[in-house]
Order: sequence, then structure tokens, then C-alpha cells
Amino acid sequence: MTAAVATEAGDERVARVGPLTRLLLKPELGALLGAVLVFAFFALLSGVFRSASGVANWLDPASTLGIMAVAVALLMIGGHFDLSAGVQTGTAAITSGILTTYYGVNTWAALALSLLLCLAIGFVNGYLVVRTKLPSFIITLGTFLMLQGLNLGVTKLVTNTVQVNNFDKIQGYGVLKAIFASEITIGGAPFQIAIVWWVVATVIGSWVLLRTRFGNWIFAVGGDLTAARNVGVPVQRTTIALFMTTSFAAWFVGTTQIVRLTSIQAQAGFGQELIYIVAAVIGGCLLTGGFGSAIGASIGALIFGMTSQGIVYAGWDADWFKFFLGAMLLLAVLANQYIRRFAEQSRR
Amino acid sequence: MKTLYRVGASVAALALLVTAAACSSENAVNRDDDDTSGGGGGTYGYRIAVVTHGAAGDAFWSIVKNGVEKAGTDLGDTITYSSDGDPQKQAQLIDAAVNQKVDGLVVSMANPDALKASVEKAVAAGIPVITINSGASRSAEFGALTHIGQDERVAGEAVGTELKNQGVKNVVCVIHEAGNVGLEERCAAVGATLGGQLQNLQVDINNLQAAQSTIKAKLQSDTAIDGVVTLGGPVANVAAAGITEAASSAKLATFDLNAEVAKAVQDGKILFAVDQQPYLQGYLAVTMLTQYKANLNVLGGGQQVLTGPALVTKENAAQVAELAAAGTR
Repeated sequence: MTAAVATEAGDERVARVGPLTRLLLKPELGALLGAVLVFAFFALLSGVFRSASGVANWLDPASTLGIMAVAVALLMIGGHFDLSAGVQTGTAAITSGILTTYYGVNTWAALALSLLLCLAIGFVNGYLVVRTKLPSFIITLGTFLMLQGLNLGVTKLVTNTVQVNNFDKIQGYGVLKAIFASEITIGGAPFQIAIVWWVVATVIGSWVLLRTRFGNWIFAVGGDLTAARNVGVPVQRTTIALFMTTSFAAWFVGTTQIVRLTSIQAQAGFGQELIYIVAAVIGGCLLTGGFGSAIGASIGALIFGMTSQGIVYAGWDADWFKFFLGAMLLLAVLANQYIRRFAEQSRR
Repeated sequence: MKTLYRVGASVAALALLVTAAACSSENAVNRDDDDTSGGGGGTYGYRIAVVTHGAAGDAFWSIVKNGVEKAGTDLGDTITYSSDGDPQKQAQLIDAAVNQKVDGLVVSMANPDALKASVEKAVAAGIPVITINSGASRSAEFGALTHIGQDERVAGEAVGTELKNQGVKNVVCVIHEAGNVGLEERCAAVGATLGGQLQNLQVDINNLQAAQSTIKAKLQSDTAIDGVVTLGGPVANVAAAGITEAASSAKLATFDLNAEVAKAVQDGKILFAVDQQPYLQGYLAVTMLTQYKANLNVLGGGQQVLTGPALVTKENAAQVAELAAAGTR
């Protein structure tokens, strides 16, 4: 494009667009409309779904999923996947559980150590990705399988069974419970504190993405790697930091789980990594990177939570559960894409 | 990057220091002080292959494996344990054992048809085969010596009858692994003798927190439900929590055991648990193969040897709890 043409037509990148189009172009808008539809649908079908206790119940699975989805969305905007994110939640919980209940490590030290372990896994994931230039899909698939084996092997070796239990008998459990798994009663229904952490994660994620230099780097790295490098974005550091962020979220969610259930299974978290990615994609993240939002991912998690519990409230046959879930998610993504395409066309 | 490395190194050093300084025995609530591994000293020296369909990480199969390995140590046999949930891969594992000319073979048959050729190949090669856990109806047909296990139908019917006696009329049966034949069979059998209503509910064993919410949602949406049946220990525990949270008065019964289930039975949160004694399935199979090789003894006389259902109720839960924690019940 020559300068003359640009001046004549006006630079399309700075062209003025109407407020409606600008709104429609936001990645999370389609997801938001989807969420409203899903809510209305199930609220009509079931009275319990829209009651306080019903809301508390579907916000609960959405919250831990949402915390992960925000981190995974940042990573996806940065152009990468982390298939080891699900199993890392298990790794975090198993590490804390074994260190305390079998090796007698001080509770806080054990939590710090499992956090360090997760951050180290995130670092290795990121480091290998930037050094080898292999797709993060392959690198983290390797980590995923290794951790899956380690979680099982170590748990079996130490406990002789495949679960670590009695976590509620360790020192300071009361404090942990208050931080990670207490309940707040609103309207007579118990809301998990994880919902608060979910909101906090979403706010921080959005702020970082939209208001900080690091956020710009994330979009730049995921959008066009070479261009980002040419304008001086520290590509390697950004990528590694994103993987470590995902690991941090996995540690947080894993800790929530062991504190709440007081025990953890060796296979905890297997398969959940795909659900995190699904939530981020429903929320408007592109699989190719460079586009998406933290709040969108959170709404994606909300849709997933409402759908998975709504199907039960609606009393549909359990055999078809996964089909309904898949169909709902597909519809949400399609609606999202349709709205964005519509908005992009009307801009021209 | 250099700064990152330096930070990493100091963090690792700090971690080591913290661990060294922070070990206190008060936190080690799960550590066994006394070594319970006894026995040993057998000198049979047979090589026995155990090939199951249990997924790695399945609590149930880890107990079977513990039983198999203990029998191996006790009798002085060499055991190779392998497993794969995919029937075709399981068949390949059996073929591999046959190629190695093992002295005996233990197989679980969740999908008998897929394993037919492989098991018959083993029998034709003169390797004694014992089937365990599932596949009872086809065991003799394939030429196995005997079958050791719990009949899912018998166990499910026992649960249904017991619940009926407790006045339960409307049961939700929680399936934690979609498409598992054995689990479906259990639920159907519970319904057969319950004489009331039974519906299935699907949850994901790998996300127990969500499973708890789902069970809670079911109880909230259908308040007529007065009974919950779970098909595995970990699910039973979250179901108990879900029932409490939903303020439901539904009675809870479960298949399969772990330490927490035993504790919950003791506390009255779970009515009873059906134990099919997986440890025994593994231990007995190896023992019987060894005795067959050494002395041509066979147990069961062509009938399957039942290891369950053994009901764990409030009366005997305390003793079982300790054994469950050790991975043998």
C-alpha cells in the first residue's frame, strides 16, 4: 500500500467506526450474548436453576474453570497452548498433599514448594518452546504425558494407593480453608469463595492485557512474531512469563481442589486442559493467537458451568449429556464468530 | 534471560533450605510408623503375567495390583503386571506374555470377544489362565481354569434389595465413566430389585469438584430422590458432600471402597459400601496359578469363585478403614 493511496482512502487502521460496531468487535460480546441466551434457556426450563442455590451451584464449577481460562486465554492470545495445564492442577495438589501428610513438611513451606514446582514446569514449557521453536502443542503434550506418569507413579510409590487424603488434618488447615474453600452465604445459598478469586483473576487478566505494556507485548507476540521482535518486544521473556502464569493458575486451582475435597486422586485434572481451551475459544480467543480477551474467557467458563449444570437441572437423559454439552458449546462459538464477522463487514 | 536463570537458581536453593528447615512430624498424618510388609520367603519361582483392562491410576486396580504383587513376594513368583483399557492393546499385551512363555496368566475380561483369540492362544500353548474381575460368563468357554470375581449383577441386586429394605424408592445412580459396561450393569441390577424408580447421572471422575456440583444439582432439581448410589470410592465422598450441601435427606450407598468411604460409613454419612475385595482377586489368582503349577489344585470346580459382595456397614467399617488406607481393601 503506497502512502498516496493511504491518504486518499484514509488509513483503515485509524478509520472512525460507529459505537455499535466498536462494541460488536469486542471479542467477548458474542460470548456475552451466548451466556444470556443459555441463562434464559435454562432459567425457563428449571426454577431451581434461577434460584440462589442454583446460581451458587453453577457458578461453582465455572469459577475454578474461569481462573484457568483467564490464564489460558492470555497464553492463547500470545500464540501458544498448554496441554499440561490440567494435569498441573493435579501435580500441585499431589505435591502439597504428599509433602505435608507423608513427609511432615510445614504446610506453608509445602505450598510454596508446590508453587515453585509448578512455576518451574511453566518455565521449562516456555523455555523449550522459545528455544526449540517447536509448536507448544508438542512440547506441552510431552510435559502432559510426563506429569501424568509422575503424578501416578509418585503417588503410588509414596501412598501405596492412588490418592492422597487427610489433608484436613494438617496444621493451619483452617486458614487454608478460609482462603481457598470457604463459603459466603448470599440469599440463603452458599457461594464458594473461588467465585471471588475468579472475578479477581478476570480483573487482573483484563487489566494486564488492556492497560499494561506487557499486555501489548502479548498481543504483539501472538499476532505477528517477527514484527514483534522487530519493534523490540522481548518475545522470549513474554512467552515464558505466559507459561508461568498458566502454571501459577494451575497451582491455585489445584490447591483449591485439595483444600476443598481434603483428598486428591492421582488422575485429577486429566482432560481438563481441553475444557480450559474450549472456554477461552467460546470467549472469543482465536486458536491462531493475537486476538481474544480475559473477560471473554471468563464468560466462556460461565457458559460451560451453566450448560453442564443446566442439563442436569433440566433433567435430560444422562446418556446424552456430552452431546448436549458439545452442541451448546458449538452453538456459542458459531454465534460468536457470526457476530464478529458481521461487525467486521459492516466496518468496510 | 540471564536474570531469569539467576532468579531460578536462587529460588531452587531457597526451596532446599526451606524444606530442610521445615520438616515437622506433626504434619505427617499419613505416614506409617511401623512397616507392615510381612511374609515373603516363598521359593516357587514361577513367572506369572497379569494383564488387566484397568486404567492406570484407577484406585480399584491399584489394589488388585497390590494383591498380585504381595502374592508374588509371598510365594516367590516373578510377576509382570500390565494393563490397557483398549481391548485391542490388552489382547496384544496377552500375546506378548504368551510369546515369553510365562508359567501362568491372569486376565481380566471387560471385553471378552476382543480377547478370545489371545486367551485361547495362551491355553493352546499350555499356559494355565485364570480370569478375574469381569468376563465370568465366557471364562470356561475360552479354556480358563476358573474365574475369580464379583458378579456385578449379584452385587447390584444386593444393593437394590438393601436399599429397598431401608425404604428407599427413588434412586439416582451416578456413572463416572461413560460407556463402561460394568457400571451400566451395576445400575441396572440395582434398579431390578429396588422396586422403585432409578435414573442414571453422568459425571467425570477426573473432575470431582464438578461431579459434586452435578450431584447437588440433581438433588436440588428433583427433591423426590431419596437414594444415591455411586460406583466408586472417590465419587461416593463427593456425593456425600453434595447431599449435605443440597440439604437432601437421600441415603447414600456405594460400590467399591477407600479409606474415606470406610470413615464415612463409620460416621453414618454413607449407609453401606459394597466391597468386591479387589486385593483378593489379585492375590488369589496368583496363588491359585502357583498351586496349579506345583500341585494341579484348582478351586471352584468349574464355578466362578466369588470375592464379593462383602458389605461394609457401620459395624465393621472401623477395622476396614485401616486396611483401606494401606491399599489392601
